[in-house]
Amino acid sequence: MALLQIAEPGMSPEPHQARLAIGIDLGTTNSLVATVRSGVPVVLPDANGRALLPSIVRYRPDGSVEVGYPAQARQSDDPKNTIVSVKRFMGRGVKDVAHLESAPYDFVDAPGMLQLRTAAGVKSPVEVSSEILKVLRERAELSLQGNISGAVITVPAYFDDAQRQATKDAGRIAGLNVLRLLNEPTAAAIAYGLENAAEGTYAVYDLGGGTFDISILKLSKGVFEVVATSGDSMLGGDDFDQRVFCWIAEKAKLAPLAARDMRLLQVKAREAKEYLTLHGEAAITAKLSSGELVDVSLDTETFCSITQTLVQKTLGPVRKALRDAGLTVDEVKGVVMVGGATRMPQVQRAVGEFFRRDPLNNLDPDRVVALGAAMQANVLAGNKPQGEDWLLLDVIPLSLGIETMGGLTEKIIPRNTTIPAGRAQEFTTFKDGQTGMSIHVVQGERELVSDCRSLARFELKGIPPMAAGAARIRVAFQVDADGLLSVSAKESTSGVEASIIVKPSYGLADADVERMLRDSFDHAREDMHARALAEQRVDGQRLIEATRAALAADEALLSLEEKNSIVAAVAGLEKLLPGTDHRKIKKAVEALNRATDEFAARRMDAGIKRALAGRKIGSL
Amino acid sequence: MQNHFDLFGLPPSFSIDGETLERSYRDIQSKVHPDRFAHAGDAERRASLQWTTRVNEAYRTLKDPVQRARHLLELHGVDVAFETNTAMPPEFLVQQMELRETLEDAKDAAALDALRSNLRKQKRQLVESIAEAIDGKKDYSGAAGLVRKLQFLDRLDEEIDAAYEAIE
Repeated sequence: MALLQIAEPGMSPEPHQARLAIGIDLGTTNSLVATVRSGVPVVLPDANGRALLPSIVRYRPDGSVEVGYPAQARQSDDPKNTIVSVKRFMGRGVKDVAHLESAPYDFVDAPGMLQLRTAAGVKSPVEVSSEILKVLRERAELSLQGNISGAVITVPAYFDDAQRQATKDAGRIAGLNVLRLLNEPTAAAIAYGLENAAEGTYAVYDLGGGTFDISILKLSKGVFEVVATSGDSMLGGDDFDQRVFCWIAEKAKLAPLAARDMRLLQVKAREAKEYLTLHGEAAITAKLSSGELVDVSLDTETFCSITQTLVQKTLGPVRKALRDAGLTVDEVKGVVMVGGATRMPQVQRAVGEFFRRDPLNNLDPDRVVALGAAMQANVLAGNKPQGEDWLLLDVIPLSLGIETMGGLTEKIIPRNTTIPAGRAQEFTTFKDGQTGMSIHVVQGERELVSDCRSLARFELKGIPPMAAGAARIRVAFQVDADGLLSVSAKESTSGVEASIIVKPSYGLADADVERMLRDSFDHAREDMHARALAEQRVDGQRLIEATRAALAADEALLSLEEKNSIVAAVAGLEKLLPGTDHRKIKKAVEALNRATDEFAARRMDAGIKRALAGRKIGSL
Repeated sequence: MQNHFDLFGLPPSFSIDGETLERSYRDIQSKVHPDRFAHAGDAERRASLQWTTRVNEAYRTLKDPVQRARHLLELHGVDVAFETNTAMPPEFLVQQMELRETLEDAKDAAALDALRSNLRKQKRQLVESIAEAIDGKKDYSGAAGLVRKLQFLDRLDEEIDAAYEAIE
């Protein structure tokens, strides 16, 4: 007799129907992938049981790629083709990167983002990152035995628009459906907050391999609200290694080093730093390619003194975030430590002294971000029933604005504004008969445009000639839930319009992303086609399910005629899904989207009315 | 023009119940936030983005006294005219110049702390006067002058932030 199957209480009776969603911590030094399994967030290990994937990619002359430990093993022999800490180059130009001279790569100063010349050709940091993401995606697919429906990828909270866009592009090239870019300290706060049922104001101090973030959050009854965030996207554990490396070079009186010796000593410097977490002194020995032997010893005291300025440098953003939040240190209930670099005792000490309390270290600082990302991915995938999920309110880290006369910045959306955010401002012409206007979008806090990051330039043309100051040009900024900006401009008397998704000047153009997508499939047309078809089918299926659920819940909001036209659009799409023409499916998806536009808006209005009605009844 | 008070089910007054505002904000966000629609179709995602953006902007406006007063006065047809009307009573300007001189002379955190607490006190008094003018006397054009003063003090507050950064 067949046994009856009984599901665990609160679990879906058909667990295979839950959507497979993953959280990825794409770190400077190490990357991880996690998922929620039977309600518990877990990090997914590789075939050898290792959770961390070193964020190292090696390109070989035949075009093949090694990622993680195999690449790490070769980094000193083949430094030029073995890319470490690629996250530091995401969305960055050559002039933005510190210590470029001690990085053993062949940089190509491309417009916008720098590139790297390797044995397998010139690579963008986006492509390098996508290799890391691909390995994690494959690991997850193997472990979860299925297609991944969506991924949350974490980014430093202090990442600007160009760095965020680059990360999202890397996810796409790796074949991931990026559900959301999530700020690393926020991910950590989710994991910490839920694990410890924390309520109140918390600070998350996140010192990773290459970036530093500080976020202040209010945690209350299922709401995670970021009040302020600050940081330094060019400060992390790598800089501590660099200090040790320079100390070694000076102590051992070394002549300028060859690339492989440089990498060898950087590895030794990192090992010494890690050793000093639990020991008082680290011996550093290395044999250089010249045969010269390096043999020095670094004690804790020296290590603290050569890195003291770095530790102090993290406290500036901490003060700023507190000021922006309007809080004093006494109002912060706890400080959650995140990132491998917070293991250093001098960092723990400095943070403890600043906040006048012991930092919270009860979660693994390497894993907490990936676990939080997995939990958020699970919510975004719709696997949590309403009531058991939570609301996340995050902010943009840097002000967004445009250039006005005299090279000055006019802020349109200030830093620490809750996202999604939108704001419009009117500008006018400077000269009589002016018919064009150049709009320069910038990000940063400084008054001079030259001190801010240039995000994009575009032109609004065809303004009818008018007297200076008569035209009304409305520039609208929209920041989405990923923290990504789009800008549109419109002249209101004539209706001339121009809009862009901000990416060109420091990101990749759409054409570049397309090319990389093609490259990643070895130019195989069938693969591209199969992939487009698979994506369209998933999209279509998802839309059909969502529409049916919406109809079941809120049919009353539609007239019979309206309902019939939606049902017809659903049927039209459903008929095409088994077919092999992805363009036809795409068209039907678009048609269904159009057909549900008004319905979606009405459902949203009804949701708000219900929310307010519920509150009024509740407060009686 | 959109009425932000209506959105949160609040009466249109300058004095507001912060807790009710926060609760309605969160209730609405939990219904419209993009995280609720990550797997939905384009139409719903677009509607969600638009709504969340509007709700965030409305919340930000109502939380800040200057923006809240400005919005309320606009609902009553009075333009606060921050950009065009910079005329201030002479005694207010003298007081402001003194505060600014104190700011320039402040060389350490203690001096800035003292200045800030003095400024915050003045701001609190102004907020009370604005509440009295709008909610009590319904003197909207009188209130507009007070709101301009408050914005002046807000700017000084920002400059104090910059001064803290400069000494750190």
